[in-house]
Amino acid sequence: MTDPRHPWRDPALRPVVTASLTLATAVGVFAISFGVGAVSAGASVAQTCAMSLLVFTGASQLSAISVIGAGGSTASALGGALVLAARNGVYALTMGRRIEGRLPTRLVAAQFTIDESTAMSVAQDDPVAQRAAFWITGGCIYLFWNLGTLIGALLGTAVDPVTFGLDAAFPAAYVAMVWPQLRTPRGRWAGMLGAAICISLVPVLPVGVPILCAALAVLVGIAPEHSTSAPRAGAST
Amino acid sequence: MSWTLVLVLAAGAYACKAVGFFVLAGRTLPPAVDRCLSLIPAAVVSALVVKDTFASGQDLSIDARVLGVGAAVIALWRRAPFVVVVVIAAAVTAVARRLGWN
Repeated sequence: MTDPRHPWRDPALRPVVTASLTLATAVGVFAISFGVGAVSAGASVAQTCAMSLLVFTGASQLSAISVIGAGGSTASALGGALVLAARNGVYALTMGRRIEGRLPTRLVAAQFTIDESTAMSVAQDDPVAQRAAFWITGGCIYLFWNLGTLIGALLGTAVDPVTFGLDAAFPAAYVAMVWPQLRTPRGRWAGMLGAAICISLVPVLPVGVPILCAALAVLVGIAPEHSTSAPRAGAST
Repeated sequence: MSWTLVLVLAAGAYACKAVGFFVLAGRTLPPAVDRCLSLIPAAVVSALVVKDTFASGQDLSIDARVLGVGAAVIALWRRAPFVVVVVIAAAVTAVARRLGWN
């Protein structure tokens, strides 16, 4: 069975370690473009690195710098970023029940509760593997996200994000992040409604506020779902 | 950018995680609230996609970013990994600009 002290040495967990490292490498590349973008938006190297170390949730950080970079206020940058950060609270509902340990351990675990660590953990079958996957993924991504941010922030003004198409890298990364959320009909409705609310309010509201308003699209979740008594043939995976 | 933004965002983001981890983890939320919360990424991240693809400040425009994001969608549909999707989007946009399409 899995050795609880060194779960990552368990051969059964090798796929988790491999997947975590692959994911962490991609996140590192993404972090470089975050670092470049943040410095171009007017943040100092110290502010950029502090953000990745302390905030540690990519979509919130990106949304904050893109609002600031476009001339939005601190308040509107915070609003959109905090709405995005709220989803980690939802993940924490799940992870808080699974991660054991003393208070300091759990305080660190809370910081590591993000999309990737949660997704990797819930994909495992037994509780030991779930905890190992959480810590391995969370730790790898914390390391690579901060290293990448530092590299990007130091490159900073040496790189013109527009020349290298980095301004399109962010929406592309968002598309990749939202893709799995669009598998359910509800997810697609919320996505389309959120996008429609945002695009129609961009010309009339201060920068960053339309993102906040788009969160209202989650209200499509209020009504109970129809019973799935009649499974469709060839339903998507 | 102000340090206020960095520190308030850090405190707020950690508070979101901690509330779920330490306060609410033992409880069950009303199902309707649960369903709505689970839709936050779909709604908000989709909004970020269209904002960063079409908006520059308060102006809407169609420029080289659209080609890059379009290429990213095709790459995702072809099941390309995350890093490939992002690199393709940046490369297509950069090339389109080099060819003179703003």
